[in-house]
Amino acid sequence: MEMVALAPPAPGRLEDLRRRFFATPLQAILSLICLAIMVFLAWKLLNWAVFSAVFTTTGGPEACQAAAGACWSVIAARWRIILFGLYPYDEQWRSALACLTVVVMTVLSCIPAFWTGRRIAIVWGAGTTLFYVLMKGGMLGLPYVGEEAWGGLALTLFIFVTTCLIGFPLAICLALLRRSELPWISRTTGLIIDAVRSLPLISILFTFAIVLPFALPQWLIGDKLYRVIVGSALFFSAYQAEIVRGGMQGVPAGQEEAAMALGMSYRQRIGRILLPQAMRNALPATINQFVISFKETSLVVIVGFFEILASGNAAYGTGEWRFAYVEVYAFIAFIYFVFVFSLSRYGAFLERRMSVGER
Amino acid sequence: MVRLLRNQKVRNALLQAVFVGSLAALVIAGVLIARQNLARQGITSGFDFLFKSTGWDVSFSLLPATANDPYWWYFLIGVINTLFLGSVGLILATIVGTVVGLARTSSNELAQLMGRTYVDIFRNIPLILQVFFWYALIRHLPTPRAAHDLWGVLLTSRGIYIPAPNVGGAAMLAAAMAVIAAIALVLWLGRTSRLGRPVGERLGVQLAGGAAALACAAAILAAGRLPDLPLLDFPSLQGLNLRGGFRIPPEFSALAIAIAIYGGSYIAEIVRGGFKSVGKGQMEAALSLGLSPWRVFTLVRLPLALRAMLPILANQYVWLMKATTMGIAVGFTDFFMIVALTINHSGQTLEAIGILMAGFLAINLSLAAIFNRINKAIALKGNQLRG
Repeated sequence: MEMVALAPPAPGRLEDLRRRFFATPLQAILSLICLAIMVFLAWKLLNWAVFSAVFTTTGGPEACQAAAGACWSVIAARWRIILFGLYPYDEQWRSALACLTVVVMTVLSCIPAFWTGRRIAIVWGAGTTLFYVLMKGGMLGLPYVGEEAWGGLALTLFIFVTTCLIGFPLAICLALLRRSELPWISRTTGLIIDAVRSLPLISILFTFAIVLPFALPQWLIGDKLYRVIVGSALFFSAYQAEIVRGGMQGVPAGQEEAAMALGMSYRQRIGRILLPQAMRNALPATINQFVISFKETSLVVIVGFFEILASGNAAYGTGEWRFAYVEVYAFIAFIYFVFVFSLSRYGAFLERRMSVGER
Repeated sequence: MVRLLRNQKVRNALLQAVFVGSLAALVIAGVLIARQNLARQGITSGFDFLFKSTGWDVSFSLLPATANDPYWWYFLIGVINTLFLGSVGLILATIVGTVVGLARTSSNELAQLMGRTYVDIFRNIPLILQVFFWYALIRHLPTPRAAHDLWGVLLTSRGIYIPAPNVGGAAMLAAAMAVIAAIALVLWLGRTSRLGRPVGERLGVQLAGGAAALACAAAILAAGRLPDLPLLDFPSLQGLNLRGGFRIPPEFSALAIAIAIYGGSYIAEIVRGGFKSVGKGQMEAALSLGLSPWRVFTLVRLPLALRAMLPILANQYVWLMKATTMGIAVGFTDFFMIVALTINHSGQTLEAIGILMAGFLAINLSLAAIFNRINKAIALKGNQLRG
């Protein structure tokens, strides 16, 4: 006798809808309320942002004020200020190219083929150098542009990249020091890490920008930009050190003991056995930390830098565009959103991918 | 000498001494240089300045403040402002986060989608950008003469005016305590073993107890009201300005709204994680015992989820408390802004930074202590499973 496996009949499209959204009267009411709210909000948003918005600068601010919707003309008129700040007009292509460098660098470091210590160091070292040369000029026939003229998106990205570049090795050092067997070293490092973590970032930036010059000898004071970068790198590394330490604790003790039994030196043990496994464990949390630190870069506006938020304030703050603040903030929020959202989606993807092996 | 260095104990001791010593030397050198630099500007170090009057005003204070008040009073005002903004932000963020988190864990896919959209949008925009946005929005509201009127709440560019009761300060305080007592009473009635009825069938008793305490609060308010004035003082236009009611300054509202929305998106994820961690079997077991869906939620799902999320929530609260320092971006005189202003006006840099660090350490540690206490109280007891 032949056995026929009968699957339950697949529900039709209408039946499927009914089961998913209208299974019980309560569900049906909830679905309808949600649907109404979403349709209402989406319609309002679309109407504001697209249908009754003004996109061209031809009418000037007056045409904008007459329209009911968004005034994207302010972006069309002021996008250069928002993206490039006070960077010289003729050289702004360099600023754009520099931003592109950072994007390429970030994309490259998301590819697993680049996940060895040396390759990632090369990518970030070369990328940052290229960025710096492009922005600063003074060589290769590029006119010199001092740091005080940097601004907008490029400055935001510069602070973020250098923070990570200094902060990441520092974090690994701090994590190693904290798990040192020598009690005084581990305790002192722990104290530093905890103290930095208990302070708000703004207070650290403020201290490094404004207070530190008092406590430094004249030759060490340097530019405010680099002091702030060091401060933000210190903050980043304190958080990242705890993440790395967490990753190290996930590596079984037997791994290090085996390496010791094989006669490996401390450097070999750390560099070849402990860190590669620890970094793998810590990868999702690390990406999350990068996301947070990118968002926190925006805080430098408080100590007086002309990064993207400040240049946005300037873009609507003067004269005729004073009413168009929502559009400017929406534009900046969109830029942040693109960076942060794609990075955090990537982090979530990695987490899923890595947890596959553990099931 | 070389042999001495080969001895691991000696080497370790030396290494530690060098490490700690060089760090200490760095700090001491910094402090010395700073004192020298400050002395050159005619600033004497020490904490005497705490008792001098400041000579500048604060824009927001819950306590009376004038430019004649000493610095220590201003620091106190700053700490209270930070704690006040922090608690308002925390409470609002928790409400938003719970609602959005529950939407994300609900069985309705449309509600899930809405929750997810909310989290994805507001979590990925920096907090300070949101603060700037809300601040600009409030500053661009119409002037008091053309204020938006929302059921007695006036929205103007000078702040949000809400109706305030015409009640004396002491009566307000007593009424607030009565409300807290009402909440405590409801919770106590739900847990105590002195009532005859089993836990879970006491809704009526709980409601009655709570209503009685609330009635007490209302009675206190009625007794303490100022004579010859209506119970509620609605803000109204007089000349060019608004009189009456309670004014929430734009700085405070912008910060509170931004913290509520941004913090809410993080707390929503924590809430979702907490509910996800409750095993399906637990709920199925509760349902098969014949408990109603509501009681499955309040007696099984919620307590278990709360246990899972409390430690993470505590971290988030500490973070939100630190986020109040964004006040300086819009001119809200929180603790950090008071410290920054002190440095600007008095030049007592080192002392002010020391006070700042001590203040935040104290705030963080006490928050952590409170949450550890709560955590211990609701954590799984060791013998509970075996009974």
